[in-house]
Amino acid sequence: MSKVLLTGNGASAWGARLARADYVPAFPITPQTEIIETLSKWIVDGDMDCRMVNMDSEHSMLTAAGAAAVTGVRVFTATSSQGLLYAMEMLYSTAGWRAPFVMANVSRGLSAPITLESDHNDILAARDSGFLQIHCATCQDILDSTLIAYRLTEDPRVRLPVIVNLDGFYLSFTREPVEIPDTKRVDEFIGPYDPENERFTANVPVSQAVAVLGGTPYSYFRYETHLAAQKALEVYDEIAEEFAEKFGRHYPSIETYQCDDADSVFVMMGSFSTKAKEAVNQLRKAGKKVGLLQYRLLRPYPAKAISHALKNKKAVGVIDQNISIGKGGVLHTELASALYGQTGAPRILASFIGGLGGRDIPIQEFFKIVDTLEEATKTGITPEPRLLFTSQEMEEVRKLQAIANQIPTTTIDTTTIDTATVDTATIDTTIDSNNKTSTTQRSTD
Amino acid sequence: MSESQDVFHRMKDLPTEHLLGGGTPMCAGCGGLQAIHEIYDVLGENTVFVNAAGCMTMLANYPYTPFKGSWFYTAMASAPAGAQGVRDALDILVEKKRISKEEDLNVVVLTGDGSANGMGLSSTSGTIERNLDYLYVCYDNEGYGNTGQQTSGGTPHGAKTSTAKGELGFTGYKKDLFSIWASHKPAYLATIIGSEPLDLARKIEKTKHITGPKLVIAFSPCPTGWNYDPKESVKVGKLAVKTGVWPLKEYIDGKVIHTIKHKKRLPVEEYLKTQGRFDHLFYPERNEKILKDIQDRIDKYWETAVFT
Repeated sequence: MSKVLLTGNGASAWGARLARADYVPAFPITPQTEIIETLSKWIVDGDMDCRMVNMDSEHSMLTAAGAAAVTGVRVFTATSSQGLLYAMEMLYSTAGWRAPFVMANVSRGLSAPITLESDHNDILAARDSGFLQIHCATCQDILDSTLIAYRLTEDPRVRLPVIVNLDGFYLSFTREPVEIPDTKRVDEFIGPYDPENERFTANVPVSQAVAVLGGTPYSYFRYETHLAAQKALEVYDEIAEEFAEKFGRHYPSIETYQCDDADSVFVMMGSFSTKAKEAVNQLRKAGKKVGLLQYRLLRPYPAKAISHALKNKKAVGVIDQNISIGKGGVLHTELASALYGQTGAPRILASFIGGLGGRDIPIQEFFKIVDTLEEATKTGITPEPRLLFTSQEMEEVRKLQAIANQIPTTTIDTTTIDTATVDTATIDTTIDSNNKTSTTQRSTD
Repeated sequence: MSESQDVFHRMKDLPTEHLLGGGTPMCAGCGGLQAIHEIYDVLGENTVFVNAAGCMTMLANYPYTPFKGSWFYTAMASAPAGAQGVRDALDILVEKKRISKEEDLNVVVLTGDGSANGMGLSSTSGTIERNLDYLYVCYDNEGYGNTGQQTSGGTPHGAKTSTAKGELGFTGYKKDLFSIWASHKPAYLATIIGSEPLDLARKIEKTKHITGPKLVIAFSPCPTGWNYDPKESVKVGKLAVKTGVWPLKEYIDGKVIHTIKHKKRLPVEEYLKTQGRFDHLFYPERNEKILKDIQDRIDKYWETAVFT
């Protein structure tokens, strides 16, 4: 089967088209906009039998998406970053409505400072909303995951909305060869949307999303939603198997790479996982037993599969492209809770925060992380969480601060990155941040 | 939706079958509920009410509902966006022949003045711009009634609220929601009140035969929030009309026409005196400045009012 070059956004739009979405409430936001522009063109050209509505905000967009889904049509929508947060009330609401629909989130760092580039703080803010989350690493992954997401969201055992997450810029605007599956085969895989009892029609009056009084019915419905999300683990596995049989590409809930005999394992998600794979390849050549565990499903959280994959590993380095201010990496915290008390849980569970706001994680930093993990394995002491930042970056910021006429107050002790060799690493990233600075510029006199 | 247009000449033409069930958790004497009763009887049960957070959210409490038709709670800011999703989905289902035309529903947004004047404006504006076919019913009790009558965008000048407790009451002025909505040029727009059921029924009936965004603001006397005896609600409502505080009017094709004319407009004091929220304008001494301001503004309004 031939492949075409598609951006991540293009792949996402193809997913919605192949799934025959009936309805797309939309609102533009960088770096997502290309998705809705692509769908809009297809609809105008008659390539897609779908209605698209430009809403007044992401909050309205999510409301319309959920409302249409519970009225009985197949819905797709897309957003990013500030838009996701603006819609946050309706993420929780539509998940509570058990509205089955799929939303692409093109990950982008959150304000302030306002930025356009990628990290995972936006999508992790939706972590507890009831949306299921599939995290993609390649453009093919995005298209395929969108198809899988429709099966998952519409499954009678699940009926929860699903976010397919792709990293802004690194995936949204990056062209990769993508195989576009045959329409007929996709139809066989997904089938028509059966709204079951979720619909509004004249002959069957219903009340949806009504208020409850008191903690008992409230708890019941919240637990019910949680149990459905947990059930989605096995449902996802079934669907992924079926997808693999039909299309030849397998997407397990977690992907492991060179993990079986590894001593040290990177844990992360998203497009930078492909960088980690390359680092693993190079480190393996240098004789280091290193592997990668990449999350595809974050919600539901595949705790059993994760703890199984990490059993008897010596050290794990969690790379978080997010920062829970005042705590640290979100994935690290979650992994600790999944591993604690498990037989054969790795002794060393180290946290590395990097790749915020589009900041790259160069391969040399993966090397240094492995050095740190190996050192920790020797000493048996888990290192303090590290904020990845190089001395070159510190210099760069100092120059910007000089232009902004700002007196530097915070020093982030940094790493110096050498050329691409495996053995040069030492990481020293303590932090001194007693004072507040921001991106405020002082006007010069 | 009915094919033939019901004509309401006299009170006895009003529907005799009442669709909304009793025993709701609304306060005794709720002017909003009175209006909804009357509206629902004219609309019929082939409706889905799309609700925003407010007093009426308590109407449907799991597992009970007073509605014979459908109900859908959304959120405070986005009931009109919910109506957009429901209406679009129903259109798609009919177009793609997944449901019959007979299964279609009349989509009705139901919000208070807090949502309508404040955080719901953006989503409402969007639906009018997109010419969405739906009915918006705003029950205006001039405050955030469900949380204890705090000041909202609908609160009138001089009224005491639970967040305007000073001797002047609320020092701002009630937003002119009618004009804000009219500036969008909707298909239909009207003010109504439960205490004028014939005028209300004629207007709601009209909305059934107009495609596009139709919006009505129902003035909703609120004994709990306005501090008067629940049995006085109809009287308070009638006085709101007779004193010119609440003009009954319609916007059609760019024109605003008043539907009830006063033979002799009563002084606004007669309305204000019925409610505890205005007591401070009379006791311990009269606040002539505020009373004159309120009366002057009403007089000025009626100088340019157009009638049929």
